[in-house]
Amino acid sequence: MTMEFVFAGFGGQGVLTAGMVLAYAGAEKDLDVTWIPSYGAEMRGGTANCTVKLSQEEVASPFPKRLDVLVAMNEPSLVKFAPSVKPGGHIVANSSVIRNIPEVPGVEVHAVAVNDIAAAAGNPRSANLCALGAAVACAGGMITLEEVENGMRGYFTKIKDHSGNLEIMRSGYRAVKP
Amino acid sequence: MAMIKTVPKTIYHANSFCPGCGHGIVIRLIAEVLEELGHADDAICALAVGCSCLVNRSLAVDRLQCAHGRAAACAAGIKRTRPGNTVFTYQGDGDALSIGFSETVYAAMRNENITAIIVNNGVYGMTGGQASPATLIGQKTVTTVNGRGQDSGVPIDIIKQLSQFDSVAYLARGSLQDAANILKTKQYLKKAFEAQLACRGYSCVEILSPCPTNWHLQPVEAMKRIADEVTAVYPIGVFKEGKS
Amino acid sequence: MKKLMKGNVALAEAAIRAGCRMFAGYPITPQSEILEYLSSRMAEVGGQFVQTESELAGISMVMGAAACGQRAMTSSSGPGFTLKQEGISYLSSAELPAVIVDVMRYGIGLGDIILGQADYFQATRGGGHGGYCLPVLAPSSVQENADLVYRAFDVAEKYRTPVIVLSDAAIGQMCGAVELPPFRDHDIDQFDWTLKGRDEAHPNGRTMTDRMYYDFGYLEYDEHIRDRYNEMKEKEQAWEEWEAEDAEFLLVSYGISSRVCKEAVKLARAEGIRLGLIRPIAVWPFPQKAFDRFNGTVKGYLAVEMNAMGQMVEDVVLAARGKTPVYSMATGRVIADSEDVVRVVKDILAGKKEVF
Repeated sequence: MTMEFVFAGFGGQGVLTAGMVLAYAGAEKDLDVTWIPSYGAEMRGGTANCTVKLSQEEVASPFPKRLDVLVAMNEPSLVKFAPSVKPGGHIVANSSVIRNIPEVPGVEVHAVAVNDIAAAAGNPRSANLCALGAAVACAGGMITLEEVENGMRGYFTKIKDHSGNLEIMRSGYRAVKP
Repeated sequence: MAMIKTVPKTIYHANSFCPGCGHGIVIRLIAEVLEELGHADDAICALAVGCSCLVNRSLAVDRLQCAHGRAAACAAGIKRTRPGNTVFTYQGDGDALSIGFSETVYAAMRNENITAIIVNNGVYGMTGGQASPATLIGQKTVTTVNGRGQDSGVPIDIIKQLSQFDSVAYLARGSLQDAANILKTKQYLKKAFEAQLACRGYSCVEILSPCPTNWHLQPVEAMKRIADEVTAVYPIGVFKEGKS
Repeated sequence: MKKLMKGNVALAEAAIRAGCRMFAGYPITPQSEILEYLSSRMAEVGGQFVQTESELAGISMVMGAAACGQRAMTSSSGPGFTLKQEGISYLSSAELPAVIVDVMRYGIGLGDIILGQADYFQATRGGGHGGYCLPVLAPSSVQENADLVYRAFDVAEKYRTPVIVLSDAAIGQMCGAVELPPFRDHDIDQFDWTLKGRDEAHPNGRTMTDRMYYDFGYLEYDEHIRDRYNEMKEKEQAWEEWEAEDAEFLLVSYGISSRVCKEAVKLARAEGIRLGLIRPIAVWPFPQKAFDRFNGTVKGYLAVEMNAMGQMVEDVVLAARGKTPVYSMATGRVIADSEDVVRVVKDILAGKKEVF
């Protein structure tokens, strides 16, 4: 089985990093993993997204096709990728930024105010990790919160105290799975 | 006292250059210097394209035939792999000053611990005597039939170009115009190799050399032309000599 | 244990582990991470790293090191790969081992830094002058970026030939789970032919030049060249068959496009179309042996690649030996879409697409 995740948003919202942490955790779990970015024209301020695939077998294409989980950090990303989410899939929509979150037939839409949650925890720049936590809650048995927590510790080698980031990620997870 | 000169054993075969050509003299000087320094056995030559290719047939050291202009880059690759070997380029002015200008200058810029030997005869010899960057103003060649004019540029002084780098170890320009200058050139070569052996960095000896065939002069006249005309544009001497 | 690595970085680290101790290169997107990574990594292992003034100098420095027995590599992309061709021809004539990486991008001339598979002809047809051939390995994953560069050094030494690793921007820029190959020591003195200074066996020094001049009679050389490259053609074919055994129709694709083709195979099979894939791992020599297994028995081959006109498709036509129709899907600046691939296959099966 292969799971497809897309993390999409404005450049600077940390979507590439969120996807990278998930991919890192997948690789540590000995899954086959791909992470592929698609940048906007500008490094900051443009649109950015990455596709992460986790699989017990070989990942075929690394490009987005039929998404299991979409993390949309802004409205353009939601509009762009929502039609690619497959029936039974999940959308984590950043309700701190996206005002009108539509219903999508056959898809579970989770409105999570990731910016607000991260800001309330005192680290507004970690909104991406809050979104990652929400995405992990949609990952079924492919990868667990604990495995992604370990992945985060391994990925951010320069951070000594991970407790703040971990708590924000857990908050995102609980927003989907209370 | 009589002096007996024998062919150095680092010349393994008579050269096949045109009569009166300077290349044979340069090869002999290199062979003598390497032997006197005791480094003929560990020498590796990065050989240029042009008349330089013919060095393959007489100089008895390990040799790599490089692409046109790239000898200095190849020599850097050789020296960086085998720093214990004595590494030098053998190039003409077309190779080192024109198509390989960038490789020549950048080897000096990086202060590669190699010795660049550039034989300047002011023409592309192998291809039939076309103008080179070192062709003198007014000099007639098959591509400057009315004499090189300002519209085809002015002679390049490579030693001046290389002098901009404070780090390089040794820069000199010699001439083959007469016996005294040949001996002086040999000393330049020796100093250049000594700089490399002392790991002092980049050294270059440019050697003004005759090409009677393409200058359409008798060998003796060609030597005289170097003394009268070429050295006026390309002064001979030592231009940089670091501490030994 | 597997590690998450970026394709370019995995390739660079695998080169180090293969014993590569000379890298000379020049910045160009999308291969610059190789240069950047090795700029510090080489020093850690006591190797040589030079950011050269040009690609011409880079490949020449590699040639100098290779002549001395070093495992040497350079990398580039598109316009820079063009400049490497001079040195590749010289390496081929002197029969020197070296590894040249082309992280392909898209387009003619300056082109674009985006992903693409535009350098197939240049890599596989002897992109420099004179009519040489050389092994060209085409990774399709981050893991293969590591594995194939590692293998490239061995192939290069086995035949004394330059070897190209034909990666692409997508493989180079993506991250994947990688198991890195083990560290290997390389002894620069292990071969007698390398330059190291004259010795008793070579009292006149070694002559390392176009082998045509010194090592073969005037009429023997062509025979030598034919023997040399025919041996590589026979022994160095490498490919993967994916759901091919019972296939009624086969996709042919390499590198990043082959990944999409694997997805297309899954989609088609879910719809009951027995689609399979031949993925050349070496694009030179082209895997003729794979095609000989299927020629005349499958309904057709569809070559899927990311350039405007189709390049590899010409090799597929040759490999089909006139026994199986060949079709082209050259997707240009856009990576193939798996559903589009299936649609094209259906069109072909319905007789609605011209052969190439």
